[in-house]
Amino acid sequence: MLNISGLNEGVVIDHIHAGGAMKIYEYLNLEKLDCQVAIIKNARSSKMGKKDIIKIEGPLKIDLNVLGVLDHNITINIIKDNRIASKESLALPDTVTNIIKCKNPRCITSIEQEIPHKFKLTDRKNRIYRCVYCESKFQGN
Amino acid sequence: MRHLISPLDLSVGELEEMLNLAQSVMNAPEEYAHICDGKKLATLFYEPSTRTRLSFEAAMLNLGGKVLGFSSADSSSAAKGESVADTIRIISSYADICAMRHPKEGAPTVAAMHSKIPVINAGDGGHNHPTQTLTDLFTIKELTGRLDNLTVGMCGDLKFGRTVHSLINAMVRYQNVRFILISPNELKIPDYLRKEVLDADNIDYIETNELEKHMPELDILYMTRVQRERFFNEEDYIRLKDSFILDADKMRYAKKDMYVLHPLPRVNEIAVEVDNDPRAVYFEQARFGVYIRMALILTLLGLDKK
Repeated sequence: MLNISGLNEGVVIDHIHAGGAMKIYEYLNLEKLDCQVAIIKNARSSKMGKKDIIKIEGPLKIDLNVLGVLDHNITINIIKDNRIASKESLALPDTVTNIIKCKNPRCITSIEQEIPHKFKLTDRKNRIYRCVYCESKFQGN
Repeated sequence: MRHLISPLDLSVGELEEMLNLAQSVMNAPEEYAHICDGKKLATLFYEPSTRTRLSFEAAMLNLGGKVLGFSSADSSSAAKGESVADTIRIISSYADICAMRHPKEGAPTVAAMHSKIPVINAGDGGHNHPTQTLTDLFTIKELTGRLDNLTVGMCGDLKFGRTVHSLINAMVRYQNVRFILISPNELKIPDYLRKEVLDADNIDYIETNELEKHMPELDILYMTRVQRERFFNEEDYIRLKDSFILDADKMRYAKKDMYVLHPLPRVNEIAVEVDNDPRAVYFEQARFGVYIRMALILTLLGLDKK
């Protein structure tokens, strides 16, 4: 059993699908933080079999709802004074900018680098986002 | 300020008004000949197009306006690397309305976000071509007198043909429209259109590869080109290509009041012998395209009520 010390104050991003933690790390630009960040890969999970977890020390001023776009299983635990102060479920934002990239090679964003990659939620039930320019589909995990 | 980026930007009611205006313009063009005096249309064509650009220019000239623009990316500042956003900011100071064709999908949307003048999408890659759809709808409405209670055959390349996708999306909004989708198996309509539009809206449709068999049922036959390069192998192409060519023999099975439309350019999918058949309306369709573009320019400039 691998032991990682508990958090006094911070955020635990739990139930990331196994292998997805590094992607989340990059999307949230966690490399820019000075605090301790632990990435746990392939942790045992009764619900998922295997899962990834990210633990971040200290208060985090990032809109975590964007994680719902990438992986709807993710749960967020806010830790204060060594205990879970709140559990937050992720709401799907109506639009996301520069979180996911349009992969359509025929999209205008493929040739004009300064255009923000903007996606709009078009089907909440099936969690489908579409590029506001070319309408290409993005579906998270 | 309004733009026209997708055929579905207009509600059924707005579309109805625009079709009525196009009809008024067509019936009495002299009454509209000076409405746009002093107004300018910029045609920003980043890739070559003869018919669409000239149709827009003819529309503006018919209204008494003037036109300026470029007809290829090479002859514009895009060749120097200028962004669409910067180009439209400048053009906004030169013209009152613009029509943009661009090889990249979504370019007119980017333009609309930064523009001070109405932007009309004149085709963005394989994505949208709303004025073609307006032309198709106006043609059908003028010739049959309705957009509901129709059996519409679509024949040819239904997989890659954006005009087919847009027309289906526009026509499912009307009551009792039935589609007969005629194509080789390789070129059937995309899955999303089948599931998210036709099945989702409970539309009556069949998919087939027999044109001749279904000819007697059709009120409209919308022909598109089957391109050789779309086939996986030469054998299939040779086997199938003639099944999707409309000739005088196949026309014998059609109703007397059926109409054949085509977005043009036609290559060989309609034999030239069909051109003289009164039911072949694809050249007239191009004429209707000018009137609907006139109505569109008037509407977007807010001159439609005068």
